[in-house]
Amino acid sequence: MDLLRFITAGSVDDGKSTLIGRLLYDSKSILTDHLEAIEKQSKNKKEGEIDLALLTDGLRAEREQGITIDVAYKYFSTPKRKFIIADAPGHIQYTRNMVTGASNSELAIILVDARNGVVEQTRRHSIIVSLLNIPHVIVAINKMDLVQYSEDVFNNIVIDYAAVAGSLGLNDVQYIPISALNGDNIVDKSDSMGWYKGSSLLELLEQVEIRHDINHTDARFPVQFVIRPQVEELHDYRGYAGKIISGVYRTGDAVTLHPSGQESRISRIERDGKDTEEAWAPQSVVLHLEDDIDISRGDMIVHTANRPQLAQELDVLLCWMDAKPLKRGNRYLFQINSRHVKAVVKNIEYKLNVNTLEKDPDVDSVNLNDIVKATIKTASPVSYDPYKKLRANGGAILIDETSYVTVGACMISEPLS
Amino acid sequence: MDEYTIDYLDQLESEAIHIMREVAGQFERPALLFSGGKDSITLVHLALKAFRPGKLPFPLVHIDTGHNFPEALQFRDKLASDLNERLVVRKVEDTIRTKGLTEPKGKFASRNALQTFTLLDTIEEFRFDACIGGARRDEEKARAKERIFSVRDEFGQWDPKLQRPELWNTYNGKIHNGENVRAFPISNWTELDVWNYIRREKIGLPSIYFAHNRAVIEHQGQLVAVSDFIQLDESDVVQNRNVRYRTVGDMTCTAAVESDAATIDDIITEIIATRTSERGETRIDDRVSEAAMEDRKKGGYF
Repeated sequence: MDLLRFITAGSVDDGKSTLIGRLLYDSKSILTDHLEAIEKQSKNKKEGEIDLALLTDGLRAEREQGITIDVAYKYFSTPKRKFIIADAPGHIQYTRNMVTGASNSELAIILVDARNGVVEQTRRHSIIVSLLNIPHVIVAINKMDLVQYSEDVFNNIVIDYAAVAGSLGLNDVQYIPISALNGDNIVDKSDSMGWYKGSSLLELLEQVEIRHDINHTDARFPVQFVIRPQVEELHDYRGYAGKIISGVYRTGDAVTLHPSGQESRISRIERDGKDTEEAWAPQSVVLHLEDDIDISRGDMIVHTANRPQLAQELDVLLCWMDAKPLKRGNRYLFQINSRHVKAVVKNIEYKLNVNTLEKDPDVDSVNLNDIVKATIKTASPVSYDPYKKLRANGGAILIDETSYVTVGACMISEPLS
Repeated sequence: MDEYTIDYLDQLESEAIHIMREVAGQFERPALLFSGGKDSITLVHLALKAFRPGKLPFPLVHIDTGHNFPEALQFRDKLASDLNERLVVRKVEDTIRTKGLTEPKGKFASRNALQTFTLLDTIEEFRFDACIGGARRDEEKARAKERIFSVRDEFGQWDPKLQRPELWNTYNGKIHNGENVRAFPISNWTELDVWNYIRREKIGLPSIYFAHNRAVIEHQGQLVAVSDFIQLDESDVVQNRNVRYRTVGDMTCTAAVESDAATIDDIITEIIATRTSERGETRIDDRVSEAAMEDRKKGGYF
C-alpha cells in the first residue's frame, strides 16, 4: 500500500466540496457521528438526502468572520492506497492557498463545469499546477447531469483543455466525465454514460503510477541534527541525522559536503537503529562519514559526482503570501530545507499574469497572491537544484525578519548565466 | 528502479521523524507532551528512532489531571524509567491550589479544561519553546486545519486566521520571546494508521486498550467507568461489562467501548468495522458544543 497526496482545484460553484464529500462518503470514510452532524445541518434537504458539501465545512471562526483558512486536509484510504487531500478554498486568496496545497501534492484534480467548459479559472489552476510542477493531472468534467450526459460536450472540453495542457507542458493528463452530486463515475462507473470507457475517478486515483515521482538519481541529504551521545562507550559516535530528500546513498559512496566543499566517504548508514548498506528517498536515516569534518545543521551531504548548484544569487519565481507588499531591496530570511540564510530581494523583473502567463513589467507594487520573477541575493552560498528538475531541493520560503511570518514561496529557476 | 519503493507507513514514519528532528534542530528547549495514550506512546517510539543512540533532546512532559487511569500512570513511569529518559510531571491539583481555581462540578466533573492552566504554567516554568504533541488531523475539524508547526502566543492561544502558510516539507519555527510552537509529527496519520503502526512495530500499550472486565455505568449511550472521580446517582445501574478503551484520557471524560478484543489484531478488525469516529465514540467532552475543540485550542489547549 502506498500514499498519494492530491489537491482539488476548483471553486464551490464547480462542485469541489461536493466532489470531496462524495469521495469520502462513497469510499465509506465518513463515520456515523460525523454524518449525523451533517444531517442535522442539511435540514432544508429532502428526507434522507444530505449536503455532501458540508463535509468540508469550516470552523466557526471562518463562518463568523467570512474568512477561509488556506488548506484543510482530509484522509481516506482504499485497500490499494492511502490518500491525503489538500482542500484549498477557492475564494479571494486563491493563488496563495493553491500554491500552499499544491506544494506537497503529486496529483491535481482540476474541476471543470461541463456547462462552462475551459474558462479563465481553469487556465489559472492549470498554470499553478505547472508552476508547482505537480506531475499528474486529472481533469474532472463535472455536472455532466446538467448537459444530458452528452459525449459531445465532454469531447469538446477535452479538445480545448488539451491545448492548454500542451502550452503548459503538462504531460500526464487524464479526463473523466462525472457528476459529483449524483455520484456518476466517482467510485462506480456511471450507467448514464455508457460511451465513457475509462475508469471511475477513484480507480484513476488508485492506478496513477507514482513510484517514479521520487527522484532516485540526484542524492541530496540536508543535515537536520547531529547526534553525539555524551556517554563513555559511544565517545567517538558522531551521526548526521536527516531525511534523504532525493536519490540513493550507499556505504563507501564518495561524498562532498555543501557548501564547504570538503570531501569524504560514507562509512556507515543507520536506519531504525540498524546498519544498512543502502538507503533512499524519502527515508529518514543517520549517515556517518570516514573523516572527522565539521558538519552542522543546514549543511548538505551530496555525491561528489553529482552536486547541486551552489550560488548566492538566485533567480526565482516568487509567490507573495503576505498582506504587506513586497518591495525591491527588502531583507528576509531564506529557508531551504534545513538551511536558513539572510537574503535580500535584489530585483523584480516582471509580474506573471496567472490567467494568461503574460509578463507584466509593472512591478511597482507586489501584493498578496502576486507571482513575480525576482532575483534574490543570499548572505552565504545556498545549495539548490532548479525546481523544475528537483522539487525537493528547489523550493524555499521567505520569512519576514521582524514578524517571522512566512511571506513568500520561491521556486528556484535554472542558474543565472 | 522498482526496488526503491516505500510503504505508506514508512512514509508516515519518515515524515514524523523529520518533523521531530526539525523541532530538535530549530528550538532551544523543546518538550514532548506525553499523556500515556497510544498516540503519545507512538511519538516516543518515533523519537527513539529519530535520536538514538543519543538521549532524547527533550523531556517527556505529563500534565496530570489527577483523574488518570492508574494503568496509564504505571505505564508512563515504567516507560520513562526503562528508557532512562527525563519525565516531568505537573499536577492540575497543584495549579488548582496555588491559583485558587474553581473545581468543576457535576456528575462527570472534568478537569480537562483546567489542564490548560497547568500546561501554560509548565511551559513558562521550563521556558519550553516547542511542545511536540500527538494530535492528528483526522480527529476533528479544528485539527484538520492546524499546521504541523502551530505558533501559539504567550497565552498559548491558537489563531486560525493568522496561521503561517506551510509549504513543501519546510517548517518555519521562528518565534518571538514568550511564544511557543506546538509541533504535530503525526498530523497526517489516521487512527487506523496508528494502530497498524503499533502492530508492525510491536509497540507496548497500557492494558486498558485491551478488553477487560470493568464496573461501568451507562450514560447517554456511553459506558463510563465507575471511579472516585464521578458521582453515582440512585438511578445509575452499575454493571460489569467487557470493555476496552479506544482513547485514553481522563476517567471522567473518556468512555469505554464494549469489546472482546484481546489483541492488536482484534482491535484493528473492530476499528475497520466501526462506523463511529474515535472522538465521537469515546469523548464525553467533545459533545458539549460543535466547536468545542476549536474553542479549547484557541484557549491554549494542546
